[in-house]
Amino acid sequence: MATLLEVKDLRTHFFTFEGVVKAVDGVSYEVEEGETLGLVGESGCGKSVSALSLMRLIPDPPGKIVSGELLFEGEDVLKIDMDDMRRIRGAKMSMVFQEPMTSLNPVLTLDRQLSETLQLHRGMSREEARNESIDLLARVGIPDAERRVKQYPHQFSGGMRQRVMIAMALSCNPRLIIADEPTTALDVTIQAQILELMKSLTTEFGVSLIVITHNLGVVARYADRMNIMYAGKIIERGASSEVYSNPRHPYTVGLLKSVPRLDLPRRAKLDPIEGQPPDLINLPQGCAFRDRCRWAVDKCATEEPPLMLVNEGHWSACWRSDELGPSALEFLIDPDMVEGPTNGNGVADPESDDEN
Amino acid sequence: MTMMSEADQRIDGPSAHGDVLVEVRNLQMYFPVTAGIIFQRAVAQIKAVDDVSFFVRKGETLGLVGESGCGKTTTGRCILQLYKPTGGQVRFEGEELTSMSTRQMRVMRRKMQVIFQDPYSSLNPRMTAGNIIGEPLIVHGLVNSKEEYRDRVSELLQNVGLNPYMADRFPHEFSGGQRQRIGVARALSVDPSFIVCDEPVSALDVSIQAQIVNLLEDLQEQFDLTYLFIAHDLSVVRHISDRVAVMYLGHIVEIADRNEIYANPLHPYTRALLSAVPIPDPVIDAQRERILLSGEVPSPLNPPSGCVFHPRCPIAIDSCQQVTPDLREVEPDHWAACIQAPGYGPY
Repeated sequence: MATLLEVKDLRTHFFTFEGVVKAVDGVSYEVEEGETLGLVGESGCGKSVSALSLMRLIPDPPGKIVSGELLFEGEDVLKIDMDDMRRIRGAKMSMVFQEPMTSLNPVLTLDRQLSETLQLHRGMSREEARNESIDLLARVGIPDAERRVKQYPHQFSGGMRQRVMIAMALSCNPRLIIADEPTTALDVTIQAQILELMKSLTTEFGVSLIVITHNLGVVARYADRMNIMYAGKIIERGASSEVYSNPRHPYTVGLLKSVPRLDLPRRAKLDPIEGQPPDLINLPQGCAFRDRCRWAVDKCATEEPPLMLVNEGHWSACWRSDELGPSALEFLIDPDMVEGPTNGNGVADPESDDEN
Repeated sequence: MTMMSEADQRIDGPSAHGDVLVEVRNLQMYFPVTAGIIFQRAVAQIKAVDDVSFFVRKGETLGLVGESGCGKTTTGRCILQLYKPTGGQVRFEGEELTSMSTRQMRVMRRKMQVIFQDPYSSLNPRMTAGNIIGEPLIVHGLVNSKEEYRDRVSELLQNVGLNPYMADRFPHEFSGGQRQRIGVARALSVDPSFIVCDEPVSALDVSIQAQIVNLLEDLQEQFDLTYLFIAHDLSVVRHISDRVAVMYLGHIVEIADRNEIYANPLHPYTRALLSAVPIPDPVIDAQRERILLSGEVPSPLNPPSGCVFHPRCPIAIDSCQQVTPDLREVEPDHWAACIQAPGYGPY
């Protein structure tokens, strides 16, 4: 498989009155042709900003891509001018946003919205574009597409609107689709439908897919590889089978352990990650996760761990990654065995709180 | 399990244990759809909740799950009398709430509280955390002096894992998880016995969700609380609930004990919901059979005839279009509303 996209040391910072927010700070990864990549992290970890940076959609000011290279089909899209970027955006790279309610224009019919991209990028006539729009809607599973194409977004349910977004993203046969929390706003049963649809369409058309989510469960079945982000950096990456079964970063372990699982016996207590994510303006020295980490040692406070190879095709940014792995996932039955305050009742750490 | 499974019969069985705190009988909540500019006339009705009956035992957590628009939040609000139900009864500690006056209801509100879903919009941005938590104390006249007020507010903050000095901060100075803790403290302030938790964790990050779930469990033990836990995440519901009720389009389709409903789901909708829950393990998730429901939830404005689930049901038969299945006890303590559930009997 050839590499479609290569992100090298991407840094996107926001210059605010309070200080510089390092939303994305030195992120590197590749996307192979036809693969599905999961980008996982909690709100504010920079996962959406890294996706918007790929499309060069960062509002400037206050945001700025301060350094890095984004090699898309071998060409650095950060170096090309905005006119050329506009030719790539929507045509070769497209995006599915989280909120299908707000990302469609409420005053235009679907026909108009779908045709716009087709006329612009594929040079279709109005008539051709309309027929293609109908085809697209039918392909994403919207019944009665011929009639529905003349309707407005409010006449569609959430799941249907997300299908429309997918149709729009697919309309110019892109090479890469970035889906930013595509199912977060949807119900479980609809979530499953949308994910199946995205997977089958990307396989059918050989499109690469980046799925951004905060829920490790959502992408487990679909992603070939995973990037876990924390505080603007990738802290673990590898094949998904590897990351889920052999996690080598305490944050990944924490994410996997904090959710109740239907396939396992019910635990007496959930095992949350304590504390709050750090403030991206005043990142502490050393490892950004150390205040919430059960494995933290003195070294974590002084030296920031780089992304190190821990296994074949599996990297982790933790000094103690060797001690983690499948054994770290053993679910705690006895809550007393856990060190530190584990119940939600533990008084919040004054340090993490002051960052707010 | 006879043909005459009237609502009374259904409820009286289990409630005979005498430990029922909240009892809902044949609850209906219809919202009118109006037309006309000056003279608003009702042209249709949205049947948000239609003939729902269940009970919550003292000290237990009843999970109420379903997709958006199925009426689970409306049910919670009807219990609290935040909506005046169109029909049916709500009993709290044996007292009928639907016929109470506003004044009588105000007294009852001390015993029943609510935690809302969105920690961003459910706190007044112009009030400090301390005032948000303390307001119910003043409204209900629970404190006599300033010192008492201050002490109680700090105690509440500590109960939910916040520091007393945070009382002077405004909601925007807190993170989502901390704000939800403030919401919990506000609900606790009047020392209630029953709390409706309306999707208290769905707006939070996965890592924070577990913190709040653990907090709710600890408080339940500490203050002897009874919860109605409304959520759409079935894995969280299994974790926190003692019993689980599944709702679809204004009806309860299945109620059973937590372990029973997950091990032995009898209603096809429950099965589909369970199979749609993703599992964070690619190997296991790939092996699971996934029941993909076709289509979407129909509009409650014009619900399907017969069983409301039949247009999406993978096992529907012809009778499902005519017969509206009522909730029956098909196995001990396991209630289902599906004519094809084993043990459902003649319909």
